[in-house]
Amino acid sequence: MIDVVVDIILLTFLATTSIAIMRMTNLFAIVMLFGIFSLLSAGLFVVMDAPDVAFTEAAVGAGISTVLMLATLALVKRPKEPYYDEAPRAHRAWLPLIVVTITGSALVYGTWDIPNFGSPDAPSQTHVARFYLENSMPDTGVPNTVTAVLASYRGFDTLGEVTVIFTAAVAVLLLIGGKRPKPALRSKDEEAQDEA
Amino acid sequence: MEFIIGHYNYWVVIVLMMVGLYTVISRGNLVKKIIGLNIFQVSVFFLYISLGTVEGGAAPIIAEGVKVYSNPLPHVLILTAIVVGVATTALALALVVRIKETYGTIEEDEIHNLDHSL
Amino acid sequence: MRPNLILHVIAKFVIPLIILFALYVQFHGDFGPGGGFQAGVIFSAAFILYSLVFGLETAEKIIPHHWLRILASLGVVIYAGVGIESLILGGNYLDYTLLGSNQIAGQHLGILLVELGVGITVAAAMLILFFAFAGRGRE
Repeated sequence: MIDVVVDIILLTFLATTSIAIMRMTNLFAIVMLFGIFSLLSAGLFVVMDAPDVAFTEAAVGAGISTVLMLATLALVKRPKEPYYDEAPRAHRAWLPLIVVTITGSALVYGTWDIPNFGSPDAPSQTHVARFYLENSMPDTGVPNTVTAVLASYRGFDTLGEVTVIFTAAVAVLLLIGGKRPKPALRSKDEEAQDEA
Repeated sequence: MEFIIGHYNYWVVIVLMMVGLYTVISRGNLVKKIIGLNIFQVSVFFLYISLGTVEGGAAPIIAEGVKVYSNPLPHVLILTAIVVGVATTALALALVVRIKETYGTIEEDEIHNLDHSL
Repeated sequence: MRPNLILHVIAKFVIPLIILFALYVQFHGDFGPGGGFQAGVIFSAAFILYSLVFGLETAEKIIPHHWLRILASLGVVIYAGVGIESLILGGNYLDYTLLGSNQIAGQHLGILLVELGVGITVAAAMLILFFAFAGRGRE
């Protein structure tokens, strides 16, 4: 029972934080709130019995991605005050609000058919999950089923994920890896490109 | 009441998803758009982990005397998705940095005006 | 960078603990929560903390950039190499059973090597990302 109470409180916090992120205009505050958002998610993953995921979310979401976003803000800030504010939009965005409301209502209608949260006889619990839980120990001798599935049963998938991370690092190096070109030099390059 | 408690997770997931989507399509600032995408992404993580939870279940680490475990498969998928997510977010942020260096702004409207005033 | 005594002392105390914890998470991932992805991120967090406190130049002296590039590709090569090794031994790609004397030993060795590859790539890739963004700010 206490699980459900903690779960509901944390989820409410999470929804409130996300709405605050949406409504704020100071990017610095938004990035800090996003770090809090990630930490709350990590706590929720622990409540939902997923310690591996919580671990990753705490280290990645609250740590690395906040640092990367702060580094980006330092690079893209305005030359004079206010440094980090986003520009106000000229008009109120009614169309997105309508689109989002309609999509959201359709999705809520779709949840009617989902089995209750945590019900043990839901379709997702009865087929492949049971196979992994019963066979991973005799097959691999690794008690942590998540590691066994990650590295052994779905090894090909994980190889792909590692390749994606490697590719993303290569792409970031290609985009912003070198020293920043001097503005005058760059415009000359661009002229040469335009002529060519 | 049981229905509400049993579906509260999914409704919050939908709220987060829609907040992310709204931020992406209604805001002009590129960094804010990326944060909106990230919120959307986290909501998908919650959907998966919620579907994998079993009432009274333990974390999926096989131990003696434990009968009920939560579903390990969503954990595997989301674990890798989080790390891949930060790598792709970094790529998006790198693109934003390059846009700032080229256009001098990261507001969509101003970039649009610059493109069409040439 | 303005030296800050408290930050320096605390960082010197905390960074070895973070690295030790990362190694624990890496090699204990078979038995408790953890594994290559988490360990790699925690490991890189230690170095990011170091470069935030002691400055980017000092951090680059400890891990030069070309090392990071070699390490990032080395992890993928280890992972794919385990698969090719099991092909050579006559099994399917990434079938670890043939790596050891029996199935359990083979699977254990295979999972350990694969997680090591994941950890190396993730740690190096996260550091590459951080240094790329932080290095762009200097002229």
